Amino acid sequence: MANTFTLIEAKTLGTTTASVTFSSIPATYTDLCLFISARDNDGGATGAFSTFEFNGSIAPSGRYIFGNGSAVSTNTVHKAPLENGGGSTANTFSNSSTYIPNYANTSYNKSYSVDGVVETNGTEAYQLLVAGLIATTSAITSIKVTPGTGSFVQYSTFYLYGIKNS
Amino acid sequence: MPNPTKLIVDCSTGVTTEVELTDAEVAQREADAAAYAAEEAAKEAAAAAKATAKASGGAKLAALGLTAEEISAL
Repeated sequence: MANTFTLIEAKTLGTTTASVTFSSIPATYTDLCLFISARDNDGGATGAFSTFEFNGSIAPSGRYIFGNGSAVSTNTVHKAPLENGGGSTANTFSNSSTYIPNYANTSYNKSYSVDGVVETNGTEAYQLLVAGLIATTSAITSIKVTPGTGSFVQYSTFYLYGIKNS
Repeated sequence: MPNPTKLIVDCSTGVTTEVELTDAEVAQREADAAAYAAEEAAKEAAAAAKATAKASGGAKLAALGLTAEEISAL
């Protein structure tokens, strides 16, 4: 049971940014957890699905379930958290956590989960759960997060934690 | 006009670097955005078609004499 969270790096964007990458992630933890609160600058959308890239080139696979309070859908397309869109209520940001257990293992592929929402302090809100797979037996050393559309805006935050199981 | 920038946080040093996207990265980003928009449009079209079919089916069931409660219970 993981019982210690250590902040590896935190980043609050000072300006509009196309993507955020955590590189040279140390292999000294048991699990990783990435907390993202983000918004993009695409004024045409309330929200969008971000994308992940691991170790510089690995696009994950996965399954998701997505709902808005009145309808739900599931598919294989999206594998990363939601971000609030530039069309959502001003100054509202998404909220998500991504958990990657045993990220430094070098014997088998890595699974991960995403739990995230877009809440607009308005009439719309969305929820997303992802079961993801990173098909590599290498340790995860970098995570790149790219918005689904546009760029991440100022004050979007990215917190990467390492978790030890002892 | 300069290209957008990306942020790279080196977890071993704590150093954050802001890097301007290359022209190839900008082109890829534009291609990804177009693909994303097409994907979302396809999903919206499918959802709209499903809603239309559901409404049409409901109307036909109502025409057969089913009540709204009976239709929603199906």
